[in-house]
Amino acid sequence: MQELVNIFVKGIFIENMIFAYFLGMCSYLAVSKTVKTGVGLGVAVIFVLGITVPINYLLENYMLKEGALAWLSPSFAEVDLSFLSFILFIAVIASMVQLVEMIVEKFAPALYGALGIFLPLIAVNCSILGGALFMQDRQYATIAEATSFGLGSGVGWFLAIVAIAAIREKIRYSHIPAPLRGLGITFIITGLMGIAFMAFMGIEL
Amino acid sequence: MSEVAEITKKSEPLFSKKNRKLITDPLDDHNPITVQVLGICSALAITVQVKQAVVMSISVLFVMIMGNFLISAMRNSIPDRIRIIVQLVVVASLVILVDQTLKAFVYDVSKALSVFVGLIITNCIIMGRLEAFALGNKPGPSVLDAIGNAMGYAWILIAVSVVREILGSGKLMGFELFGNASEMTGLYGMGFMNNNMMILPPMALVVVGIIIWIQRSRNTKLIEEN
Repeated sequence: MQELVNIFVKGIFIENMIFAYFLGMCSYLAVSKTVKTGVGLGVAVIFVLGITVPINYLLENYMLKEGALAWLSPSFAEVDLSFLSFILFIAVIASMVQLVEMIVEKFAPALYGALGIFLPLIAVNCSILGGALFMQDRQYATIAEATSFGLGSGVGWFLAIVAIAAIREKIRYSHIPAPLRGLGITFIITGLMGIAFMAFMGIEL
Repeated sequence: MSEVAEITKKSEPLFSKKNRKLITDPLDDHNPITVQVLGICSALAITVQVKQAVVMSISVLFVMIMGNFLISAMRNSIPDRIRIIVQLVVVASLVILVDQTLKAFVYDVSKALSVFVGLIITNCIIMGRLEAFALGNKPGPSVLDAIGNAMGYAWILIAVSVVREILGSGKLMGFELFGNASEMTGLYGMGFMNNNMMILPPMALVVVGIIIWIQRSRNTKLIEEN
């Protein structure tokens, strides 16, 4: 249990998707003009990461990894399909996003109204595929660890986008040099926030 | 700037003014990174060394040209509803080719780029250009558009990595500019020190922010309303 909490907290602070790896920057910069939209996209990312990382974990361990197909027949023990991982992961992500969109539309219309426009955007959010690839890279031992990694990274991403959206709402009233307005200052603020987040790096979990 | 001049000169006798604009526009006025805000993720994470940035730029150039060409050639037969999945599958197959090639020929760079080769799939520049250009234009102009955008991406990537490698580790393409830091030769003997801050990830954002600042103060029509 403690191991799971460690992975979760690590995903939020130490290995934050935005501040440590810059994943999902495109939508982070494009959708962070107001806190409301930021929260919407952030929740959608937590949701999709929490679902796709465990699914991709199962795919990786029962299909792609060297020897992963041994459960099918002993003669497959030497098959290594890991070169197919990109195409399978992205197919899972794209179809899961589509599926999640349909399910949410049917069973939670209010949530769909709030998330609706953001869900399709998520298929091409680097943090989702990045989550799957980091999961493959780090070789988590159980599916529970992979899930808590997915959820933790999602929460970290949510935290980052809400923080920058709040800062951008305030900064509208400041005197910024004209060429730096908008995108430029957002980059620099994100850089400064990244430096602040590096304070967590020394923590061993 | 010299890059712009070179490309225009080369293509002038071959292409019309409109086609030439497809290549030169993304270098400055519609730069994918600093103006369209696409493909930032990879641009920031792999700019510690020039070598990685160059390999990444070449990979993106290849994937963009092939992807734009293929999607544009198939544009009339792709059903509108599943176009995103079709695009992802085409791009993912191209990226697998790139990944396997890198693993075979430049293994050390491939290790250093780690997951970021795979993330070319979700690089917004590629999907953005497929959606915005390749789906509505003939293969010829689409290839030019791909070259232009990949070049616009590449020059920012290389500019950032040059700044970070020179200031951060005192090297350029692995060549020691100011003498050897551990043996205290050259400038280091006189008390010069590398700015280790530049190696840290957040500084990439600040360097891109400064590039945007410089670009927009030269090209004032890009300045945003508050």
